[in-house]
Amino acid sequence: MKKKNFMSLLLAAATCFSLLAGCSNGGASGNAGANANVIKIGGIGPLTGSAAQYGIATRQGAEIAVSEINELGGSIQFELNSQDDEADGEKGVNAYNTLIDWGMQILYGCTTSGSCAAVAAESFSDRVFQLTPSASSTTVTEGKDNVFQLCFTDPNQGKTAADFISEHKLATKIAVIYNNGDDYSTGIYQGFAAEAEKVGLELVSVTTFPDDTTTDFSAQLTDAQNSGAELVFLPIYYTPASNILLQAKQKGLSFSYFGCDGLDGILTLEGFDTSLAEGVYVLTPFDTTSDAAVSFIEKYKEAAGEAPNQFAADAYDCMYALYEACQKANITSDMSYSDVCDALISVFTSSDFAVDGLTGSGMQWGANGEVSKDPLVVQIVNGAYVNQ
Amino acid sequence: MNKLKSMKKSTRKNLFTYLLVIIAYLLIQLLQGQGLLTRSLQGQLVPVCCYIVMALSLNLVVGISGELSLGHAGFMSVGAFSGVVAAMALRSSIASPALRLMIAIIVGAALAAVAGFIVGVPVLRLQGDYLAIVTLAFGQIIVNILQCVYMGVDAAGLHFRFDNADLGMTDGTTIISGPKGTVTVEKISSFTAGFFLILITLFIVLNLVNSRSGRAIMAIRDNRIAAESVGINVTKYRLMAFVTASALAGAAGALYGLNYSSIDPSKFDYNTSILVLVFVVLGGLGNMWGSIIAATFLTVLPEAMRGFEDYRMLVYAIVLILVMLATNNDQLKGLLSRMIPKRKEAVKHG
Repeated sequence: MKKKNFMSLLLAAATCFSLLAGCSNGGASGNAGANANVIKIGGIGPLTGSAAQYGIATRQGAEIAVSEINELGGSIQFELNSQDDEADGEKGVNAYNTLIDWGMQILYGCTTSGSCAAVAAESFSDRVFQLTPSASSTTVTEGKDNVFQLCFTDPNQGKTAADFISEHKLATKIAVIYNNGDDYSTGIYQGFAAEAEKVGLELVSVTTFPDDTTTDFSAQLTDAQNSGAELVFLPIYYTPASNILLQAKQKGLSFSYFGCDGLDGILTLEGFDTSLAEGVYVLTPFDTTSDAAVSFIEKYKEAAGEAPNQFAADAYDCMYALYEACQKANITSDMSYSDVCDALISVFTSSDFAVDGLTGSGMQWGANGEVSKDPLVVQIVNGAYVNQ
Repeated sequence: MNKLKSMKKSTRKNLFTYLLVIIAYLLIQLLQGQGLLTRSLQGQLVPVCCYIVMALSLNLVVGISGELSLGHAGFMSVGAFSGVVAAMALRSSIASPALRLMIAIIVGAALAAVAGFIVGVPVLRLQGDYLAIVTLAFGQIIVNILQCVYMGVDAAGLHFRFDNADLGMTDGTTIISGPKGTVTVEKISSFTAGFFLILITLFIVLNLVNSRSGRAIMAIRDNRIAAESVGINVTKYRLMAFVTASALAGAAGALYGLNYSSIDPSKFDYNTSILVLVFVVLGGLGNMWGSIIAATFLTVLPEAMRGFEDYRMLVYAIVLILVMLATNNDQLKGLLSRMIPKRKEAVKHG
């Protein structure tokens, strides 16, 4: 028995060391030639934990863009180092410090708002330029001149959604089901509620759920039904949304639905019957029909084995935005991160800097770090997006 | 040396624990002065201090008092949020960050103690594992409540709203913003403050354990009926250990909250509670210096293993198993006892 214990100990140690030997230096992708001008970009996102799907999508999207950029063979090459933050502020700051040790010049991230807010405070005091693909909370950029967003802010999305619903006369009696434990969802709801009042939409039912693992929505749906709502606004991620659509169908309820960019990806959700999402409106920046998007989707499918969601597209655009800005500002690999930061801030905020990407054309940034681009609303028809 | 030998075994062990902390602090200060510490390690100093205090305080409940608490992070969150509010509200009236941090820690500890008292009074009267269930629920409830809290400060004072972001402030600062948690916090925590907090925690815990009350607590743990029969007030002593531990967790939370510009409430869910419990179990129940080492090791380890990339968490789990096997392996213990003669006796007797 004792021998057995000792053997198991040895075995575990051996497993550990074989892993160590097996994976060395895998993260830095797109190593370019020794003489090229290689800019070091640090990426932060959740690669493990419950939000890993979003972090892995952004990493994959960014890696595709980096390899494309390096293949162009221009004077600027990128080296990307992605670190895990488990969507947690403490781990995010740890990841940030690790990247500073690595010699990062530009920070791309974080994927999630909570972690991004903690990291942005650090990058602001250190003067590191930060561009986030998907951290959409307003606290991320507030009072920090070095942080820029590629996605819409949450209140902005809510406002756009309310405007669209009222302009297209989709409904006047609206029910909202949102996640009050999530700042993304709460932020959109707050923006939506404020704008709804202005444009004359009536919120007849507002119900919440505490986290994305919730599976039973019968109370919320019954409330929406009893209040006579015509449309259910879902500012939430696609996993809980898929449950809502399914349970509404089972109850025989026929609402129309309107969701935001968190709903993007519902069509490729494993085991989801896409006919449930028929007619759902989605406010998403990712136009999947353009030529560039088709080529990106193909490359992404080849690399990851599944269709990309808007997180991946945001990350892809981030890399090209950084590439164009670096070209304009003549960033070189021997510049310190604070010099890079000052140069990039002036490029990003200049009025003639505009980026065309998968998630919008002519994207421009204001001094407050928020992006301005045209919102896109699509409707799901026959299991595919149709631009509205 | 003779004096050291003539000391009581427990006194010697306690002295060793204090020394361990002080030497570690001086060593790190020296390294930092020489610029030998990486940014990654420097950033982990304060969280490590917080986790050490968390582990020490939980050890008081789990190791000394023999109760299972699964919601220790809940008390940490009470301390973190109240501490942040106190520090931010006093920003205009008290200039010194060190003094503000101290007040924040005291406020955090006091409110966490109140929470501990409220949870403890009904539950600790019962026999059985009810504390585990109730603390588990407390940890979840407090996170859900904090996700609905909005607080801000302006010239008129503190503003508070529940489940409504409209604070009605004129030109004020939002401190707590619902699911976003604390926002735009001025970071005033320091490693030195963390070091003193560990020393104070050690002082409180070790003195409590070696006092008359501490012996009563351990007597209840070992045999409740026997302890009752000699006239020990069971509820009072169990509550004493539990509330002390809650207060210390609140102090750790305040230090933690003021080390980050933003923390969301979901940080303090049961995962963090279990993490702290793992520190305690791995360090040894009732073993204070073991808790310190386990908390440090297991906090730094995942960061040190960033080189493993995607396999990081897998390796972390393997290392955990490895440590558990190694610390319980008779052959390794025998090997150790051959190297250190003193331990031989310990192994024989134990």
